[in-house]
Amino acid sequence: MGCWRVLRAGHELTARRSRRFASREARELRKELLVRPYPELGLVAMNGPNDPDPELVVEEGEVVRLDGRSREEFDVLDHFLVRHGIDLEAAARAADLPDEEIACRLVDVDSPRRELVELSRGLTPARLARVVGLLDPVEMMFALRKLRARRRPANQAHVTNLKENPALLAADAAEAAARGFAEMETTVGVSRYAPLNAIALLVGSQTGRPGVMTQCAVEERRNLQLAIQGLVTYAETLSVYGTEPVFVDGDDTPWSKAFLASAYASRGVKVRFTSGGGSEALMGHAQGKSMLYLEARCLAVIRAAGSQGVQNGSISCVALELAVPGGTRAILAENLIAAWLDLEVASGNDAIASHSPIRKTAKLMGQFLPGTDFVTSGYSVMPRHDNTFGGGNYDADDLEEWLTIQRDWQVDAGIEPAGEEDVVVVRRKAARAVQAVFGAFGFPAVTDEEVEAATYGYSSDDLPDRDRAADVEAGDRVLAEGISGLDVARALDERGFTDVAEAILLMQRQRVSADYLQTASVIDSGGTVHSAVNDPNVYAGPGTGYRLEGERWELLRSLPYEIDPRALAGAGADGAPPVVRELGEAAPGERSDEVVVAVGPAFGSAILATINGLSHRDVLEAVVAGVREGGAEPRLVRVRRIADVAFIGHDGALLSGSGVAVGLQSKGTALIHRADLQPLDNLELFGMAPLLDLDSYRAIGRNAAGYALGSRVGPVPTQLDNFARAKLIVQTTLLHARETQAIVPNAPAVELEPAP
Amino acid sequence: MEFDPVTDYPLGSRRPDLVSTPGGIPLAEVTLEALRADRIVGEEIRATPETLARQAEVAGAAGRPQLAENLARAAELASVPADVILEIYTALRPHRSTAAELDDWAGRLESDYGAPLAASFLREAQEVYAERGLLARAPGGPRIDRAAV
Repeated sequence: MGCWRVLRAGHELTARRSRRFASREARELRKELLVRPYPELGLVAMNGPNDPDPELVVEEGEVVRLDGRSREEFDVLDHFLVRHGIDLEAAARAADLPDEEIACRLVDVDSPRRELVELSRGLTPARLARVVGLLDPVEMMFALRKLRARRRPANQAHVTNLKENPALLAADAAEAAARGFAEMETTVGVSRYAPLNAIALLVGSQTGRPGVMTQCAVEERRNLQLAIQGLVTYAETLSVYGTEPVFVDGDDTPWSKAFLASAYASRGVKVRFTSGGGSEALMGHAQGKSMLYLEARCLAVIRAAGSQGVQNGSISCVALELAVPGGTRAILAENLIAAWLDLEVASGNDAIASHSPIRKTAKLMGQFLPGTDFVTSGYSVMPRHDNTFGGGNYDADDLEEWLTIQRDWQVDAGIEPAGEEDVVVVRRKAARAVQAVFGAFGFPAVTDEEVEAATYGYSSDDLPDRDRAADVEAGDRVLAEGISGLDVARALDERGFTDVAEAILLMQRQRVSADYLQTASVIDSGGTVHSAVNDPNVYAGPGTGYRLEGERWELLRSLPYEIDPRALAGAGADGAPPVVRELGEAAPGERSDEVVVAVGPAFGSAILATINGLSHRDVLEAVVAGVREGGAEPRLVRVRRIADVAFIGHDGALLSGSGVAVGLQSKGTALIHRADLQPLDNLELFGMAPLLDLDSYRAIGRNAAGYALGSRVGPVPTQLDNFARAKLIVQTTLLHARETQAIVPNAPAVELEPAP
Repeated sequence: MEFDPVTDYPLGSRRPDLVSTPGGIPLAEVTLEALRADRIVGEEIRATPETLARQAEVAGAAGRPQLAENLARAAELASVPADVILEIYTALRPHRSTAAELDDWAGRLESDYGAPLAASFLREAQEVYAERGLLARAPGGPRIDRAAV
């Protein structure tokens, strides 16, 4: 905000401010800066003016020029790519195809994924970026849907807390697992906590659902050690950057990172690299290139290194990419290139993208609707202030929105609903399980108070403080004594948590068979791996590939907070006696001071109260009293042939001696009508039934009398609540359905009197 | 029965007969009962070089040559102690090793651990590092502090 004021000061001090502009400036969106492109610093999303033209020159089987650089000018990424990242046969085929033709194939259902992946093996980073740049956002989403590696999308959770409390970590992991997250990661504030956090995550996750993969994001040496001890199953800490200076500043090269990936795989660890647009600009060495071009270089290196997948989509730099024009589109383009290169994609949406809920969710749709292998790189299952990744773009408080949006679009974005009772049970069980494990190893005790707080609490604020010095010593013991996944399973088995012990054994067997090293693997609760090898995305047009339907749709659409409309309270009379009595066919009135009060077919009988909860008896009394106060004579009739308030009122007016009537629907909607007007016209309409009280109805009666007597009438003041419709439209529909059910076709109106 | 990389994946469910721990315990016997009877220990819970090599074949057959290469290197590294692996990783970081040191590691990978793929990967790095000025200026050269990831 400081910069903003400086920039604007000259205008601001003198000019009179528009209150609307000032109001908009105060919104969340304006907490972040939007900037014009500044390509020299890499602040340009895609199609940057300094991005090289695609180029691939091969002489005697060797690449001598790549994307604007000669062999002598190659940087370390180029050298890696020409050795491991470009298939010259595919390149020869690609050379004959115009960019537009390749772009068309990306969105052609008849152009299969396998062929497109083969083609990608011959494309340079500049060409990848340029072809994808030809697509508009909807085309990108379609292409992503087609190119995703695994058949079914999934999601990844973040599980951390500020106090590094093991009971809370386990409870959150268990809830996340029960909600269907296929992977979950934790990290540490203090690195010596890593072994304890890894154990809490392992125990919690396997309590919630066997087969969930876990990781603890820490320094590589420690990470590898945790994996060797069987406490974690995957890692996504291997960062890659799109220029040599940033790569080297990150203290790595493509060779060191690729070697590390092999090292992890040698210990049975699933590895996903990390990249994402904007990191090079943030680290000061974008070399004047666009974010998407540099990300295309990263992704080409990642595939060349033999990674099965990547988490990208700007990740921690998302707010920087969104600061420049086309940022959201470029991020989607990044995810698309990754999928095109046949990589598993965990598509970001973890770091906070924007202060504005509208803006960040608009961005989310790019990944949410097509579905990616992991729609987020970490959905914060706890409140964001406990997210020590600095994430929490979506958090515990947003869960019901996420579930509802899945239900709205009939889209599977990897999170399942769970009821409060079930969640409480699984949280307590996980906290108890980790309590048992800590007890077995003689770690600082997890108290019953912590178990209860972890079960029912909101955040780590609700948890008691632990002896952190003692905890980190216990963490050291895990490494020094080589406490393994098997030891954890044994401890659980001996203390009665046999099913959790079995689940941990299942994960240990996975490490032996190593099936999850294949692209885009997740593990089901029976222990079967589903990857792009045995469960590939085979989308080929409408009706093919993964669709959210059948049991899975039933599961995702059945939210704990949806209700059965048949059981909706207040919708009917439920056998209570009517508040009016019908007397016989209503004849036209003869008194010129008469005001007819015409009610709908169900009023006072099948329905006894308005949508605002006012009893029909009270409403009638108020209108009648108002008419009398106004000096006119009321007469009650029921219109039976129609339920529309305009016609109820107009039918009443035709019967009225003065030609004026009040029309009343059972849900409470009212109007004042006159016989000489068209039915859909009126004198006054009161559409906001939820806001009408008895005084309103009395005033309506008074005004109707005024019109009948030819007095000067000021309209009844009305209120407006634009949310009333959203809040009450279901109840309105149900009430109106009862009203229409009470219609007697073509029946004449009848006289009414209040029931005694 | 022969291993077929196209139809035998996942090994864990389709070909458990081919999968065992480094000590030769069949996958199906990695159970809670075995744990209760002390027949398995933590060090046994890992993929063998043979299993990793089969996974490399699966990746190759699925049309993923680079992943196959990675897993083939992993199969070699499965027999290399973790400390040695981490030393080699550190040696591959920028400005850590001289050409001779990288060459030395490549030689050890070949002769001590039977890891020719990993060795040639190191030699390739050595060649490029020399060209890009990423070798150490002197043996055990200055360490640049790692930036936050």
